[in-house]
Amino acid sequence: MATEGLHENETLASLKSEAESLHQVAERVEALGQFVMKTRRTLKGHGNKVLCMDWCKDKRRIVSSSQDGKVIVWDSFTTNKILTASGDGTCALWDVESGQLLQSFHGHGADVLCLDLAPSETGNTFVSGGCDKKAMVWDMRSGQCVQAFETHESDINSVRYYPSGDAFASGSDDATCRLYDLRADREVAIYSKESIIFGASSVDFSLSGRLLFAGYNDYTINVWDVLKGSRVSILFGHENRVSTLRVSPDGTAFCSGSWDHTLRVWA
Amino acid sequence: MSSRASKSALQRLVEQLKLQVGVERIKVSQAAAELQQYCMQNAWKDALLVSVPAGSNPLLESRSCALP
Repeated sequence: MATEGLHENETLASLKSEAESLHQVAERVEALGQFVMKTRRTLKGHGNKVLCMDWCKDKRRIVSSSQDGKVIVWDSFTTNKILTASGDGTCALWDVESGQLLQSFHGHGADVLCLDLAPSETGNTFVSGGCDKKAMVWDMRSGQCVQAFETHESDINSVRYYPSGDAFASGSDDATCRLYDLRADREVAIYSKESIIFGASSVDFSLSGRLLFAGYNDYTINVWDVLKGSRVSILFGHENRVSTLRVSPDGTAFCSGSWDHTLRVWA
Repeated sequence: MSSRASKSALQRLVEQLKLQVGVERIKVSQAAAELQQYCMQNAWKDALLVSVPAGSNPLLESRSCALP
């Protein structure tokens, strides 16, 4: 502890009354009122440990994954409906309060690996990708598949809507990423190179939709020019498969997760 | 699978395909032009696309690295 002589206007008495903690100094601050935090929503639907979750950029939806093999998208506000994609080949829409199955979506011929909700506020459609090589667009109210795309040559691991909602990209075990336009109802671009032979596990767009970031099983991330179809960059760093990838909500960075136990933030 | 089950599955498939055939389509040239337009219109606010001044992105803060 440092020691020093008394300064001009200090006396032993005044020093003795010196504060020793933040709380003493803050004595005059008005105490916080009753702090009430309660569980406002309980989202039941997973059959096993919940492994991870995140909030969607719309600040309302939550996505979570569990050891039961399901990926669920939850609406945390009002309608308490949740959307799930399952290894049993179907997607389902549930009412959280009652646990009732509201709508099920049949059509995939094998495990459904991924899904993404349409970005619009009134989004009533979602796209799913499966081991049957198909990407299917569904109407949530009717349960109908409204569009289907089958140009990939292997499992589709990841689907993500283009920011405008008029198209979506997919990443597949066939080592390609593809862009499907919903109004033209067909594949409009393919992102591939002869040198890329490992599957793409996760895809996401930059804010303007000009860049497509894709994580691959060969530990790399390829950055594609969505419009021109060329690769603009290849990012090294992970020491094992890149399993997940997300652009930040404000578009200034993106994060990749890998089997090498790390997450990397890129900018 | 009994033939009745596969028949109903095929019928469902046919119904599904009929639905899909009825979808209104626009030409690729128009769809692609609109995708391109969206990119161009929003390019200015895409931080990963344009180089943002280092000061405004905390991740790009310059750090010096001194090796012994």
